[in-house]
Amino acid sequence: MLAYLIRRLLISIPLLLGILCLSFVMLKLAPGEPTIVQQDLQMRATGAQRETLRQLYGLDRPIYVQFGRWLWRVARLDFGRSYSPDGRAVLDKIAERIPITLGLNILELIIIFSVAVPLGILSATRQYSTFDKSMTLFVFVGFATPDFWLALLLMILFGVQLGWLPISGLRSLNFEYLAFWAQIWDLLSHLILPILVASFGGLAYLSRLMRGSLLEVIRQDYIRTARAKGLPERDVIYNHGVRNAVIPVVTLLGLMIPGLLGGSVFIETVFAIPGMGQLFVQSAFSRDEPVLMALVVIGASLSLLGNILADVSYGLVDPRIRVSGKEGR
Amino acid sequence: MVRPARPRCQPPRTSGFLAVLALLALVPLGACGRTETAAEPATAEGGPAYGDTLVEASIGDISGLIPNITSDSASHEIGNLIYSNLVRTDKELRLEGELAERWEISKDEMTITFHLRKGVRWHDGEEVTAQDVDFTYRYMVDPKTPTAYGESFRQIRQAEVVDRYTFRVTYEQPYSPALLSWGIWILPRHILEPAWKAGVDLRTTQQNRHPIGSGPYMFGEWKTGEKIVLEANPAYFEGRPFLKRVVYRIIPDQSTIFLELKAKNIDLAGLTPIQYRRQTDYPAFRKGFNRYRYLANGYAYLGFNLLDPRFQDKRVRQAMAYAIDRQEIIDGVLLGLGRPAVGTYKPGTWWYKEDVKSYPFDPERAKALLAEVGWQDTDGDGILDRDGTPFSFTIRTNQGNLVRQQTAEIIQRRLRAVGIDVKIHVVEWAAFINTFVKKKDFEAIILGWGLGLDPDQYDIWHSSKTGPDELNHFSYKNPKVDALLEAGRRTFAEAKRKAIYGELQDVMAEEQPVVFLYVPDALPVVSGRVRGIQPAPAGISYNFTKWYVPANLQRYTR
Repeated sequence: MLAYLIRRLLISIPLLLGILCLSFVMLKLAPGEPTIVQQDLQMRATGAQRETLRQLYGLDRPIYVQFGRWLWRVARLDFGRSYSPDGRAVLDKIAERIPITLGLNILELIIIFSVAVPLGILSATRQYSTFDKSMTLFVFVGFATPDFWLALLLMILFGVQLGWLPISGLRSLNFEYLAFWAQIWDLLSHLILPILVASFGGLAYLSRLMRGSLLEVIRQDYIRTARAKGLPERDVIYNHGVRNAVIPVVTLLGLMIPGLLGGSVFIETVFAIPGMGQLFVQSAFSRDEPVLMALVVIGASLSLLGNILADVSYGLVDPRIRVSGKEGR
Repeated sequence: MVRPARPRCQPPRTSGFLAVLALLALVPLGACGRTETAAEPATAEGGPAYGDTLVEASIGDISGLIPNITSDSASHEIGNLIYSNLVRTDKELRLEGELAERWEISKDEMTITFHLRKGVRWHDGEEVTAQDVDFTYRYMVDPKTPTAYGESFRQIRQAEVVDRYTFRVTYEQPYSPALLSWGIWILPRHILEPAWKAGVDLRTTQQNRHPIGSGPYMFGEWKTGEKIVLEANPAYFEGRPFLKRVVYRIIPDQSTIFLELKAKNIDLAGLTPIQYRRQTDYPAFRKGFNRYRYLANGYAYLGFNLLDPRFQDKRVRQAMAYAIDRQEIIDGVLLGLGRPAVGTYKPGTWWYKEDVKSYPFDPERAKALLAEVGWQDTDGDGILDRDGTPFSFTIRTNQGNLVRQQTAEIIQRRLRAVGIDVKIHVVEWAAFINTFVKKKDFEAIILGWGLGLDPDQYDIWHSSKTGPDELNHFSYKNPKVDALLEAGRRTFAEAKRKAIYGELQDVMAEEQPVVFLYVPDALPVVSGRVRGIQPAPAGISYNFTKWYVPANLQRYTR
């Protein structure tokens, strides 16, 4: 198991390098250079001043030199300083935001998994029932609904019309003055809408997958055997069926991590949540390369880690594919 | 960019690239104000009372709390509350002293002596003195200072601290925009000078995150990406502000800001025309908010690259001015909330000239003018041509500004009607400015200017300002205009300046260096519980410290 993990981690390194190389090149290809954006703030900056800045940031070097230098610094976990006027250390800027984004994404994963799996089981065991059909409808709606539209509708309904939930932000303005439990509720109530919107698409997708997977499994011979030996239907489904059906779902849950991280960009913007996604948008618009590249590194690492975790958890839920050092998966 | 900026005395150099952004930030300055007042409650209410919190929204996080070295409108707005300036403009847009009690201009108009108020204190208790003004001056002219507002201070030949409360500056030659330039935020020398002398970039100092100022509000906290909180300064030299706290929530999405406003979680915002006309015109909203409407301090234009020979003849530009129906744009795009622009100055200012040559919608006249220059439809395809080349060009404008995109479409149709083929290219802001505008890689652009509070527009129209980082990106060159712009800076006498800028407006109306399109209305709304707002030519926020919420209406008690 450990050897497998180490091997997977080692394989991730060239993969990560590839991702970073591509991102770096794409960033360099985008029009507009950070020094130019910075000069907007000082209309009278001369050509000479711009040249100084270019040298300072090493932008006068060939792109592969820039990439090499940048990589060398990243290897030592030095992400440099932001090009934005605050000039703060990139790591500081990200560190204060990463817990929010990670927390949100973990909550989303938990909710997607714990809702989608039961929904899928119910649909599969009641195939073609009204419930199953309405679930099918829900799934298509879930796929077809644009996030931003759903977000606005829910904000209008629960925030403006009914006034039950806060519209945006992470905390109320009087948060500091609330009692402990009121603070917990305040946080939760702010999280309901963003998490609902962020989970909606994944929920529809995963519940569909669970349904299909379970339907396939219960046609297998061993299920027939279980039924034949007179096990109650509950045991057949939950002990023999679900355990096998959930395997592909777990893998795909891991593969959903990059998508969720990408979704944070949108969710955090619309709901005004000060996380990494928001920072990403700001940095992209201001061509703040150090921050942008640092976020790419973190995003890519998290996604790769998600893949590895998915593979490992594979083994945990399915004893047949418990990995040994030799046979891989 | 939705909420109205709080313009005090902004340095005249704000007519920059970012002030272009500010155009549709609807800077509330202007005459012809109009208010719709929320229904007054029937119960008797108390008079001015201290307390309550005003919540505003900002679309982006601020870039720092030393406003002298930032250029986003949110940083400036908050900077205006934390810091004080030497001078500012009053509600009639006239200059008045703030930290300066009074000032004298020497006979030769080269020297200005400022006399400071005594007993004004920084938020940490130190007194504000001429040394602070002097430090701010030295910092602004330091070539290492990343500021957009240094230029007017570089015209100073000598600056001296005469005594603790007297500061004197002597200019190379008379320079009338100078007074307004002292609307710069005065920085605390006792905090910043040691770092500055040690060569530290002041952006990395504590002051940029946790500032000490001398203005009506003290810094409270800044939660990155979330909010900035300011607390009333009980020792403010013009009296403690009534509103106890001001909170800027950072909400990066326009629709979300608007929903928060409708849910009354935000107390002050600027509306778009469609929000004003269609989405806030219902009883519950009118009951909860006061809506204001007056001319914004800026205008939109269709500008040409005058390095392109096709646009160099003024008759071509005049033809476009005749071919475009401005009222149609105002009715269709601004929903009637604006007025046609005839020149580069704001109607209602003392230097504005009413009776300049105007260009009523007249497509026949446009065709005749184009024919004079040789543009005729010889092959009958409906597009004018000359020497076998059809008259076709691309208008570029920035993404995210629906008003400009729709304006471009209306112009496209009107120019097509007189035989000019127009294509539209909408580009993301940073790429638009850097790749196209600054590199002069455009045929025509639709953009706007936010205007300063002084008629000096040397930086926009003077022929020496056509460099890649300068503002005359049209490459407009006219010796007559140059001479007038130079003359206008060299005298403080209002009557003389009025005559000079009047002539300038006549020349520009004839020349149409750009086709002036419209002046939009500023459309701010403020929660109905806030009292003491008195719309004036300067907008509504000039007396912010006198705004209050009667005790029985206060919403945030802590």
